[in-house]
Amino acid sequence: MKPPPFSYHRPESLPQALDFLATLDDPKILAGGQSLMPMMNFRYVMPANIIDINRVAELSTVEETGGALRIGAMARQRDLELSDLVRQRCPLLHEALLNVGHVQTRNRGTIGGSLSHLDPAAEMPAVLHAHDATLHAASKRGTRDIAMADWSQGFMTPNLEPDEILTAITIPCWPSGHGYGFVEFARRHGDFAMAGAAVLLTVDAGGKIGRAAVAVTGVDNGPVRLPETEAALIGQTPSPDLFESAAEHAASVPGIEDVHATKEYRRKLAVVMTKRALGQAFDRAKSGGA
Amino acid sequence: MAERLEITLTVNGEQVTREVPVRLTLADFLRHELELTGTHLGCEHGVCGACTILLDGKTARSCLLLAVQTDGMSVDTVEGMADNGALTPLQQAFIDNHGLQCGFCTPGMLATLTELLDTIADPSEQEVREWLSGNICRCTGYQGIVDAALAAAKALRGESPAGV
Repeated sequence: MKPPPFSYHRPESLPQALDFLATLDDPKILAGGQSLMPMMNFRYVMPANIIDINRVAELSTVEETGGALRIGAMARQRDLELSDLVRQRCPLLHEALLNVGHVQTRNRGTIGGSLSHLDPAAEMPAVLHAHDATLHAASKRGTRDIAMADWSQGFMTPNLEPDEILTAITIPCWPSGHGYGFVEFARRHGDFAMAGAAVLLTVDAGGKIGRAAVAVTGVDNGPVRLPETEAALIGQTPSPDLFESAAEHAASVPGIEDVHATKEYRRKLAVVMTKRALGQAFDRAKSGGA
Repeated sequence: MAERLEITLTVNGEQVTREVPVRLTLADFLRHELELTGTHLGCEHGVCGACTILLDGKTARSCLLLAVQTDGMSVDTVEGMADNGALTPLQQAFIDNHGLQCGFCTPGMLATLTELLDTIADPSEQEVREWLSGNICRCTGYQGIVDAALAAAKALRGESPAGV
């Protein structure tokens, strides 16, 4: 299995990359290569032109700006996993990254690559969906901000025009002391999950749930927020029974089916994963707004 | 731009320059151009881990890299591990702990565990198993490999390899 012939382009700046993207015939962006390269080896995709953005340094920065983390699309998954800033300000992202492939693939794989590839079982889209992240895209025509809720346009189809590059993601941070949980079910650690759940919640001074955000992955074509689960949690006193009943709403996700699992099984798993992630998040939440 | 490019990189400490087709993977570059056939190719889509090498000291799948992407970088393969025939503590631990049967997965296992031992001096068994989740051994000899990793970590910390 070898990639079919293509022409190779290695821009060193974003404007140069956008020029290539706007002018070349049948171009494809090569980021960390952990999804595109297998697809090229299998010849599922045969782009005429590869634009390798690994040397565009401006796309890899991670910074905190006004209560949010702004992460360059080319930030490597492993670098984010090891980042103190990510661990402190966005611990759900850290937690989920530990389930993204393996160290050997995270060393190359990028957050922007995960989002643009948009595998139905990917962890990053669910985490960013729970966080109400904003994605930033650029083209020769200008820049565009896309809400994570609008990112998935269907099976492996991100809301990105052919001449656009995903450049960065802004993740609003939750208050310090918030609870976070990420749980997934896969046959082998690091494999794509059959179902996974990402949870953020806060517990207020009175011991009730103040805010809650819940998203599942691996169940449907893209990441899915569970507004009914969230509504069932807010204002309530946390308990295993509450988590169990709130998690039941995950069974209403339409569900996809493949060789690994039926949609019924995936929905059932989604409920269990959501329940476990809620418990994990609550265990970590410090009441009284630490 | 180009369908062939001249690249210069460091492989096992030696600088090499070659003109290569841009679609050549690093794995095929190592095996066919440099005849370093210690790097094995199993699945060629990043799942099995047999082709794992160290790129600037960090593990990567050489089947998922284009050789041209490594221009100016440093690649280490299994051939560069032993120093004049003297095995590394990790390689020795594989022998002592039956860490290999057919040997096909071994170069990738060694690459992964080299980075692990560079990163964590005293890994737990659970940590070793998580790192190894990215390398498949179809002889299923994982127990010996885990034992080897833990023994090598011990040896590198200067502790006697008890029980060996």
